[in-house]
Amino acid sequence: MTNSLSDNLIRPEELAQPVSGRRGRPVLTVENLSVIYEVAHPVAAVKDVSLTLAAGEILGLAGESGCGKTTLAYAVNRLHRPPARISAGRVTWHDRDGTDTDLLHLAPEALRAFRWDKLSMVFQGAMNALNPVINIRAQLEDVLTTHRPGMGRAERRRRAGDALELVGVDRSRLRSFAHELSGGMRQRVMIAMALLLQPQVMIMDEPTTALDVVVQREILREIVRLRDDLNFAVIFITHDLPMLLEISDRIAVMLAGEIVELADAQLIYSDPQHEYTRKLLRSFPSLTGERGDFIRSGVAEKKLGTS
Amino acid sequence: MTNLTPTTEPSVADAPEQLAAAEKSSPSGGRPRAGWRLMLPTMTPWLAIGLGLVCVIGLFGILGPFLVGDPTTIRNLGMAGPDGDFLLGTTQTGQDVLAQLAFATRGSLEIGLLVGVLATVLSAFFGIFGTYIGGFVDEAFSLFSNVILVIPGLPLVIVISGFVPPENRGLWTIAIVLALTSWAGSARVLRAQTLSLRTRDYVAAARVAGEPSWRVISVEILPNLLPVLASQFVFAVISAILGEAGLSFLGLGASNSSTLGTMLFYAQNGFALPLGAWWWFIPPGAVIALFGTGLALINFSIDEIINPKLKNARRYRKLAKASRKVAA
Amino acid sequence: MNYYVRKLAFYLVAIWAALTLNFIIPRLLPGNPVDILLAKFQQHGGIVDASTRKAYQLLLGGDTDTSLISQYVSYLRNVFRGDLGVSVSYFPARVTDVIATSLPWTIVLIGLATVLSTVIGVTLGAFVGWKPGTWLDSLVPATTLLSAVPYFWLALILVYFFGTKLHWLPVQGGYDVALDPGWSWPFVTSALKYAILPALTIVIASVGGWLLGMRNMMVSTLSEDYILTAQAKGLHEGRILRTYAARNAVLPSVAGFAISLGFVVGGSVVTEQVFSYPGIGSKLLTAVTNNDYALMQGLFLFITLSVLGANLVVDLLYGIIDPRTRARS
Repeated sequence: MTNSLSDNLIRPEELAQPVSGRRGRPVLTVENLSVIYEVAHPVAAVKDVSLTLAAGEILGLAGESGCGKTTLAYAVNRLHRPPARISAGRVTWHDRDGTDTDLLHLAPEALRAFRWDKLSMVFQGAMNALNPVINIRAQLEDVLTTHRPGMGRAERRRRAGDALELVGVDRSRLRSFAHELSGGMRQRVMIAMALLLQPQVMIMDEPTTALDVVVQREILREIVRLRDDLNFAVIFITHDLPMLLEISDRIAVMLAGEIVELADAQLIYSDPQHEYTRKLLRSFPSLTGERGDFIRSGVAEKKLGTS
Repeated sequence: MTNLTPTTEPSVADAPEQLAAAEKSSPSGGRPRAGWRLMLPTMTPWLAIGLGLVCVIGLFGILGPFLVGDPTTIRNLGMAGPDGDFLLGTTQTGQDVLAQLAFATRGSLEIGLLVGVLATVLSAFFGIFGTYIGGFVDEAFSLFSNVILVIPGLPLVIVISGFVPPENRGLWTIAIVLALTSWAGSARVLRAQTLSLRTRDYVAAARVAGEPSWRVISVEILPNLLPVLASQFVFAVISAILGEAGLSFLGLGASNSSTLGTMLFYAQNGFALPLGAWWWFIPPGAVIALFGTGLALINFSIDEIINPKLKNARRYRKLAKASRKVAA
Repeated sequence: MNYYVRKLAFYLVAIWAALTLNFIIPRLLPGNPVDILLAKFQQHGGIVDASTRKAYQLLLGGDTDTSLISQYVSYLRNVFRGDLGVSVSYFPARVTDVIATSLPWTIVLIGLATVLSTVIGVTLGAFVGWKPGTWLDSLVPATTLLSAVPYFWLALILVYFFGTKLHWLPVQGGYDVALDPGWSWPFVTSALKYAILPALTIVIASVGGWLLGMRNMMVSTLSEDYILTAQAKGLHEGRILRTYAARNAVLPSVAGFAISLGFVVGGSVVTEQVFSYPGIGSKLLTAVTNNDYALMQGLFLFITLSVLGANLVVDLLYGIIDPRTRARS
């Protein structure tokens, strides 16, 4: 059975390079973006961040809680809410058809049309990201009724079902409600929803953090497979650096609102430049090596005053 | 009708991470309120107005009777408007309206407080204690509360009052009847809160450590329930005053006491409004309205403690307005 | 399925409780209602013999010959047969007949007014919660003030203005007494005209509670993740407001509707007193003043049954609109 969503969109020239070195044309450019929380004593959550996302690449965004990676992701799509305010910078969208758009100054209606169609998101902990009182089909289809108003009802239903099957969820689940699905299934539904309009970029904010490790691996495999088939770029936000090393093309490390290192995944692993990157890499216990190594090595470094 | 379902689904404090993190990391100011101060509402203009109204009327009721003349003296003046001698005019039998108002306010406050306390004690017993014990007691209490809740209150009060001969309808009888018919709603709200607290870690820890039930309730659970209890008490007082006023207006009120409700009853029977004697009819109702509004405004602030999202919403509004001004 | 069965069972228990209350109250309270009642009965020309006395003792107590349990059983049997006694204040009408003529008036007035105030309150509350920081915010303290006002006081003032001073609307009665009751067009329009002021006062007094509850829930709901998802999906504002925010925020209001209905029905007694509206509430008051105990009991029973019935309908409705309840039980 042909699946409408897997129409091959990969361009030949983008296939020429190996995956890790795939650096096609830029699709999203962030220049000197700063976000401030206007509270009693204002706090800079994102400080002067610049990065470029290439078409079809997986860019990992790593850092601990509160470093500003989620704020950055929300700000790009202007989903940030007061008291957060974008104080400086530019976000430019380089569309497939050649046009450039300044996202921060898009009119509200144009922003609404842009969202999900060109850039979609998968939020963390799909516990609450799905509307509890309407069924899955309604939530998938309203994306289509909003952004593809010309589509007929039968076509919409087919696409919604196809999207679910693409992520490995049975079509019959269209009738279910959010509370009837397991955590892993809900996350898959979120991913299916994000794919519906075949966006060019997907921002994923800790999509697997709330799931157990086995389910986590399955979801990750789906994401990489879908990216390979449909060729969308991914900004993958997580605190789990080893996970990023597995799937990303490039990795950006954030600390206190700034990007302290941005390089190919391979390089981050083999030759980390910044002290914080090195600290992050050391903070994950390994499945190999001596038992107790991980804990003891931290203690030893403290004694020497080097950590 | 007063705010009958204040935040029916109270959620426990979970300030959005951004605000909390932002305020924590700010260098000097934005000091987090420690311990007990967390329980107190932040001062807003609305809270100030509410407290002001309640205090003024409360003082009027407590001290007023000592300062005004005799409310029962009958004079040959008929219904006279406000003038130098009588600030609020006279009733159809020449009685001083202002004096009556002072005593009536005191009467209403008394009954409001009495019923408020009784109803809150009842709802605390059925709502908190029953829920905490759990098991069959919990189920039974809950069923009992729900059944009482569903049976319409005022008709029940009317029927009970109807069967009691008028000479026995004293202040205490009316108070008890009102309390018995109004505790059920509070009990349900308190039960919901206790249910969510019962499963908290620190309660489980106390039980495991072997603390007796009464101690766990009073030390671990009650302090967290205080805002909700306070809100329910305020609400009980409002509805008691309104309920008593309604009863008196229907002629079923306490027979030997003077409240704002009985004052309105006499005003209505004396054809105050149709004859244009607004000074007799308007003030008692206005006092009830202002007092009730004051209490409701206080309840707003307590609601913010129970449901911090409301407080954040207010803060966001202020910040949004401020940042809009800055951007402009 | 389980949810519906449980709800039904609960309401059966509540009905039983109401019947039992009706049975117990006259027996618990001081005084001898039967003697008073029979005296009044004779005044109005009724004939009192042993069976009449027995019949009233069944309703009101005072019978020392038969056991309480058998009295209770006979009482229940009578209720189910529809025999609630004869009214004294409307002699010789049966209690059931008095109720039958006045119940529709109350149901129509109260039903309409409640639906109106709920719809208006919830809708306004949704808007106030959705866009904080606009002039709509002032609706909250305004309607709260209105809710703290004693209902009848507000009603009487409105009566004074609209009726006595301006003569715009009729202030007493349910319809123009010059007309014959029936389903004729003049009668129906007259009934509607007489219902405007009472309904208006009910709506004004109760809209505040709905507005506040809905607004608070909107504020809570708007911070939920699925709202953020909906915005990220680029959905139209209207759809987010209706299907994502309001649809979820209204649930506690629906759950609380049942509770407030009891208050509204109770309040209808006051309304009907103020406007001399020919509904069940005014009959209840007449019964109290005339020591017409049988009528009092019968009215209380019917009022309670109506409230319970409405509550049951709303609770069943809740099971439909919130899919999680069916799973929870």
